[in-house]
Amino acid sequence: MPRLTRTASLGVIIALVLLMLFGAWRYDGFMSSYNILSVLRYNSMFALVALGMCFVIMTGGIDLSVGSVAALSSVVAAYLSPYGVLAGLLAGLAAGGLAGALNGFIITRMKIMPFIATLAVMLAASGTALLLANNQSVSVSYESGFVELGQGDLLSAFRPEWVDAEDAGWTGTLLGFVLGFPTPAWIMLAAYLGGWILLNHTAFGRHVLGVGGGEEASRLMGLPTDRTVFQVYLLSGLLAGLAGVILAAQFGAGQPIEGVGWELFAIASVVVGGTLLTGGNGSVGATLAGTLLLGIIFTILNFENGMGWISLSAYWQSVVRGAFLLVVVLLQSRLARRVQAA
Amino acid sequence: MKSAVQTGMPVGEQPGGRFRQLFGTRLAVRRFGTLIALILLILFNLAFTPNFATAQTLSVNLTQVCTIVIVGVGMTLVIATGGIDLSVGSLMAIAGALSPGIFQGTLFPVPDLYTGIALGIVIPIAVAGLFGLFNGWLISSFNIQPIIATLILFIAGRGIAQVWTNGDLQVFKVPEMQAIAIGRVLGVPFQVWIMLAVVVIAAWVLRKTVFGRQILAVGGNAPAARLAGVPSRRVICLVYVVSGVCSGIAGLIVIAMNSAADANLIGMGMELDAIAAVAVGGTLLSGGRATIIGTLLGALIIQLVRYTLLANGVPDPAALVVKAALIILAVWLQRQDRA
Repeated sequence: MPRLTRTASLGVIIALVLLMLFGAWRYDGFMSSYNILSVLRYNSMFALVALGMCFVIMTGGIDLSVGSVAALSSVVAAYLSPYGVLAGLLAGLAAGGLAGALNGFIITRMKIMPFIATLAVMLAASGTALLLANNQSVSVSYESGFVELGQGDLLSAFRPEWVDAEDAGWTGTLLGFVLGFPTPAWIMLAAYLGGWILLNHTAFGRHVLGVGGGEEASRLMGLPTDRTVFQVYLLSGLLAGLAGVILAAQFGAGQPIEGVGWELFAIASVVVGGTLLTGGNGSVGATLAGTLLLGIIFTILNFENGMGWISLSAYWQSVVRGAFLLVVVLLQSRLARRVQAA
Repeated sequence: MKSAVQTGMPVGEQPGGRFRQLFGTRLAVRRFGTLIALILLILFNLAFTPNFATAQTLSVNLTQVCTIVIVGVGMTLVIATGGIDLSVGSLMAIAGALSPGIFQGTLFPVPDLYTGIALGIVIPIAVAGLFGLFNGWLISSFNIQPIIATLILFIAGRGIAQVWTNGDLQVFKVPEMQAIAIGRVLGVPFQVWIMLAVVVIAAWVLRKTVFGRQILAVGGNAPAARLAGVPSRRVICLVYVVSGVCSGIAGLIVIAMNSAADANLIGMGMELDAIAAVAVGGTLLSGGRATIIGTLLGALIIQLVRYTLLANGVPDPAALVVKAALIILAVWLQRQDRA
């Protein structure tokens, strides 16, 4: 890992820890199992989208279609949810994969720059989602167990009653936490572990960084640049599709107009995590930290309102996030200069 | 040839008649291809769409396209420098949210109605320009990538507008203010005149001034431009200020048209509409080549395609898919032309 990325990654993790400590100090229950698990559940789908975006950005590209693709996938998954968890899941993944493949095709075969290609697919996915959904939400089936993907806790069936007793102690708390870990969060962790392995321990990962470092140079060295780029957008589409499935399961309905702005939130998460938009370096773990960092801001604002001293409307959330992104970006800029000078 | 394209040098300055002729021909095809597409669309509608050839139809389509063109002009200049501006929709919301409090005299006292309106127009536009300057400052002074720098205001800007208004709808009944959008001069809505003025001024600046050539130089090859003495930082700051000003103007037109300012909705998705118009119009997204008239034509084509579909019974969401295909086709054809 290049020095710049390592330093920036460490920075985001430190910031995340500091924010958590601040929350724990200032608010009762901030570090409770319930709150932590709620934050993880809600932010899992954004984390999945950010993971795909991280790979795309490492190749020097961009993917604006992820939000619309998630919306489309949520609609498709909702329609097939009556046929079971697996049917809904695979349908959503297929929709996302198709969109990702379309992005990859347009970028590698038609040689259109990523910003434009993914902008167009964003519009196409959004239009398709609205057409399929007939301009309204599509309810999922509650009989098939599909909603467990978003609302369930994977290991809750094994949860013994005694962990909720007051005298259960730390053992009970810890066991309750693990067994109460949300299904979407397990999916998120699995995806990030897979992403980390892909990036650091496969030829694909080396190709991704190689393409981002210099596409023409990579091509001259014999790296399969077009295939790598195609696969990266396919991966981003699949992850957006997975996020869409969780969205449908969590909300209980496919949402054709959800997903607005997700792509920019994902970009912000990746940037906060220290990955440079010029490509050629990046960190999977730091992207996860970046996502959680931005997500925690929402939680802190809620707790702050709960204390009753001030009344911050929900609108402050985006102001604070923007300000936070500004600070991070300025620090990174200064850091980048220092590294270059070294 | 390549350097000429990158630096945006006028055709007339190229040595050799053959190169001039060849270059001119390609330029003509590129430029008029968009116009030809527009003409074909109009002819199709004249033949197949009932009531197409009416003043009402013309008026509706033009008014729907005005704000996109105005924002698109600023976006064109930004893209010409190789940048992008995602904050335009948010800046529209800020300008739109700020204005009613000024011209209604609720923010601070105003001596009379017309002074209030004048201030309600000038101050929000200036504020939007300042936010644009903020973008330019981040990009030119800190070497932050445009998509990231403008992402900050994309995220925070609408929040600022919402916090300012507490998310409330601000309704007003001030016909004199509404006039800037729906008032008519020579039978044409005033916002159309504003759009035309913005387009003409920008096209002139881009083609006929040193600043315009500097914009294209920065976008074509920034290091070479710097070595040639072009004040890159100042040029970049200025184009983002212009983009902010255009957004401010568009935001005011939106609220004037609606007699209401809704910070939640003003300019939503406008950055994508503007970028689409710029792309379809023939401006190179990587910078170095730009056409203001192309952006106008691009926006008109997109609007006309949507109108054509709606008028012939196709549901609106399908227009999004067609718009996507149109963008890809336009950009792809441009690439073929350059190959």
